[in-house]
Amino acid sequence: MEEAKGEEVTLFGFWSSPFVHRVIWALNIKKIKYKYVEEDLSNKSALLLEHNPVYKKVPVLVYNGIAIAESLIILEFIEETWKENSIMPQDPYEKAVARFWATAAGDGLWQFFITEGKEREEALTSVINNFELLEKELIGKNFFGGDRIGYLDISVGWISYGVPIFEEITEFKIITEQKFPLLHAWMEAFSNSEFVKDTLPLREKLSERYRKVWEAIMQKKN
Amino acid sequence: MAGSGNSEVKLLGAWASPYVARARIALNLKEVQYEFLEEQFGTKSELLLKSNPIYKKIPVLIHDDKPICESLIIVQYIDEVWVSSGPALMPADAYDRALHRFWAVYIDDKFVPALFGMMRAPTEEAKAESKEQALASLQLLEEAFGKISKGKPFFGGDTIGYLDVALGAFVGWMKAFEEMNGFKLLDDAKTPLLCAWAENFCNNEVVGAVIPETAKLVELAKVMQARFKNAPPAN
Repeated sequence: MEEAKGEEVTLFGFWSSPFVHRVIWALNIKKIKYKYVEEDLSNKSALLLEHNPVYKKVPVLVYNGIAIAESLIILEFIEETWKENSIMPQDPYEKAVARFWATAAGDGLWQFFITEGKEREEALTSVINNFELLEKELIGKNFFGGDRIGYLDISVGWISYGVPIFEEITEFKIITEQKFPLLHAWMEAFSNSEFVKDTLPLREKLSERYRKVWEAIMQKKN
Repeated sequence: MAGSGNSEVKLLGAWASPYVARARIALNLKEVQYEFLEEQFGTKSELLLKSNPIYKKIPVLIHDDKPICESLIIVQYIDEVWVSSGPALMPADAYDRALHRFWAVYIDDKFVPALFGMMRAPTEEAKAESKEQALASLQLLEEAFGKISKGKPFFGGDTIGYLDVALGAFVGWMKAFEEMNGFKLLDDAKTPLLCAWAENFCNNEVVGAVIPETAKLVELAKVMQARFKNAPPAN
């Protein structure tokens, strides 16, 4: 594990947060040694509030005493601070495409998950539209990053466990092998990658948490 | 090397859009020749729909027929491609870059919705809420400016940087709202650093050419407000 003298890396996180998972995957790929601090989101630590006074959220990466918040910004910071095992594309256009999809890929998914009827139909149309375009980014590649996992794989990686969980709870399949062969294959390759495989909580535990959140939201509506 | 001809770089936009202004300011700072394709208010051209199928929004930068969407992504792209033209927009240090990015996202997340929320608010109560949020955001940005500028005129230091462009593109609309609502968003008492910063920013030649006249924005705002009043609620 890479750790220069005097370097101290701490990650404040929460076990089920997909934003935190992004940072964990990046730290793994970059082979960065770090300390992990699990936050109780119902009782946030003084340190977290000190390091992220604006949003008071996880993840926060603290590096030699300075704090960086917002998962995608943390990814770029990690890339720029530890030069080996690059995760960003070199070409500016490819960077722009990756940055675009990092936020756009998930659009509509949460809406699909927590709505019903016409609202859900609309969200689903938006999701399918996005996925059709996202699928094209995988043509001729194993990962969005090419041969290896990169920034975009990490950014949208939560889809690899999130979508199956959403599908299970809503009893509706979105990413099938027939409709999205490349995305489907990518999800499996990503989940099985050495940098991802042992990082996630048990699937059952994650699923249970999402179901609880979903039930709470559905109850409020009815 | 700067574009060899007008056709190489195109920008889809509209004169009043502050997001488009971000792209234009960046292109101007980097002395990039480009063709400005103005979208008509209320309609979306075929080129726009083809270039930005997900969001169907301006600005879209088209460089060698490749579209780049989202204003902040466009500004970073411009900075990375025309790297030898003019000073860098992004700072060199990784942590400084993270700060610029963080506050730019904050601006889009918290400040801009509050700013335009004041115009779209259906009730006086909602309007007051938006106003409070806008002022609170500017207070945080004032603090951030103090830390990031390190005594220099811009977030970028001696020269205009990424975060200056991100916020500065909205100065025209800020002035318009100040005029329409009769109160100061940037206040010498509460946000003295940002007041000075706004003046320095607008005094820059390439910026002055992009930010629309306050009177024109006020006029447009009144037209848009009438439309919002007559239209059904958006959410």
